[in-house]
Amino acid sequence: MSEQEYVPKSKAGKWFNDRLPLLTLGAHLTDYPTPKNLNYWWTFGGILTFCLITQIVTGIVLAMHYVAHADLAFASVEHIMRDVNYGWLIRYIHSNGASMFFLAVYIHIFRSLFYGSYKSPREVIWIIGLMIYLLMMAAAFMGYVLPWGQMSFWGATVITNLFSAIPLVGDSITTWLWGAYSVDNPTLNRFFSLHYLIPFLILGLVVLHIWALHVPGNNNPVGIDIKKPSKDTVPFHPYITIKDAFALLVFMIIFAGFVFFTPNVLGHSDNYIPANPLVTPAHIVPEWYLLPFYAILRSVPDKLGGVILMFSAIFILFVLPWLDTSKVRSAVFRPIYRQFFWILVIDVLMLGYVGAMPAEGIYLVLARVGTIYYFLHFIVVMPVVGYLEKTDPIPMSISEPVLNGGAEPSLARKANDKV
Amino acid sequence: MSKEEKKVNRRDFLFTASYTIGAVGVGAVIWPMIDQMNPDKAQQALATTEVDISGIEPGKSITVLWRGKPIFIKKRTSEEIAEARAVKLDDLPDPQKDEDRVKDGKDEWLVMLGVCTHLGCVPLKDKGDFNGWFCPCHGSHYDVSGRIRKGPAPTNMEIPKFEFVDSNTIKIG
Repeated sequence: MSEQEYVPKSKAGKWFNDRLPLLTLGAHLTDYPTPKNLNYWWTFGGILTFCLITQIVTGIVLAMHYVAHADLAFASVEHIMRDVNYGWLIRYIHSNGASMFFLAVYIHIFRSLFYGSYKSPREVIWIIGLMIYLLMMAAAFMGYVLPWGQMSFWGATVITNLFSAIPLVGDSITTWLWGAYSVDNPTLNRFFSLHYLIPFLILGLVVLHIWALHVPGNNNPVGIDIKKPSKDTVPFHPYITIKDAFALLVFMIIFAGFVFFTPNVLGHSDNYIPANPLVTPAHIVPEWYLLPFYAILRSVPDKLGGVILMFSAIFILFVLPWLDTSKVRSAVFRPIYRQFFWILVIDVLMLGYVGAMPAEGIYLVLARVGTIYYFLHFIVVMPVVGYLEKTDPIPMSISEPVLNGGAEPSLARKANDKV
Repeated sequence: MSKEEKKVNRRDFLFTASYTIGAVGVGAVIWPMIDQMNPDKAQQALATTEVDISGIEPGKSITVLWRGKPIFIKKRTSEEIAEARAVKLDDLPDPQKDEDRVKDGKDEWLVMLGVCTHLGCVPLKDKGDFNGWFCPCHGSHYDVSGRIRKGPAPTNMEIPKFEFVDSNTIKIG
């Protein structure tokens, strides 16, 4: 960062800062030059930090009352709901908080896809972000098992059985994951241990994510490199903090709406039935945020093939920066890619929808079409469009379009054409 | 430096030896950490179950729990046995004769793990296209011998190790 050396004003501050430069770090975070044209899609980083802290705080409190034992877990969750002071509130915040966390992370990821934030020089930010996303899925899955209801038990059975598809060692791995010959008390116990651990791993990765972000600085809606600091940037505080705070407030209203008015709408009623290893519920459905991947899994009529495709759907995102051949970051200036982007959004939403439906008839057909497009988008569309597309002219700086008549990127292009 | 690079000296040997011993030591400590997750002795102790089968009528089945998993015990009618044996092996994704799935002379007793070989759900009895079992999770159809006929499951439902203690009792495991 090309910032001037920070010197604390007070003598005590200087004494401390010479020994541990925390105040320098604070000054860096406050003054951090941020593109002045960031829109509200850029507020989800702050919202996600809020989600993580909410989950950690409510989770620590819930762990004070929860019992991780197959005979007691279900009753202890009901105990939290009925007996513990404000237990219902804390649990509903935690369970809906998981959904809100995923809602925010999906918007965050698609924002990155639209504005090309994963491209050079931000590949490492993107990869760390995907690692966070993977850990989030693991934490959410294990958390869903803890109440030890029917969906907990059978969700755990189906997901752990995915590993049995691995040739030769699959069954040994599954038994090792279970600590028993089926999903049982040892499984619940270790899931609780790991569920408690993972948020702190995520927290560590979040620090790396932000650190890696602060090296090149934020991408922005026009996707061009900017000088920092310059007239294209504003200090993070108060300009971005106040914008983030406003977005967070709106987000919290939606969050509270779920918690107070429809706390169970995103869950499944079968999970209020205690786990029964003899009866599988008629329709096993994962939580909504895993449905697109579940649809991909079920679209393949072969066990190992389905599992491989499902994991590929996630891991292909890791090589995305190298699959995208376009030099232009923002889809604002990419008329062809922009349309494919929206097809991908619709495709993923459709996969999520069919993932919740029975795997038969038209749903199976849609799942297969959706799966094929999902992979085509990354393997074919991204490299090919990047080569062939004629992109629109890119502005020289953020200030240029603003000074020439408006912050609208479409106007910026016209202004640029004249030059 | 460049002259000495090719020669393996005493220091290189010490480095290699130290790394090797270090790796062995780390491995020796990691293995207990991994193996503790495998089924413990209490889990292994539950490995056999005896079941009284005298009350089962022909054509009916019961479900018992063995090592946390359901076991289907079905007393098949002669028609059902005939149906299972009439199937051509070429029609089976996982070819296996019905005779190989039951004990000699106890052809009516089908004892199998009631776990779908796809992703571990419990199939429903007397359902599906083959008069056997149907898994509601991802739509696998099994026949009256518990063999996979249609759907994503790769193999037939597993036959556990079991034996007849006497004509009314079987021991699973």
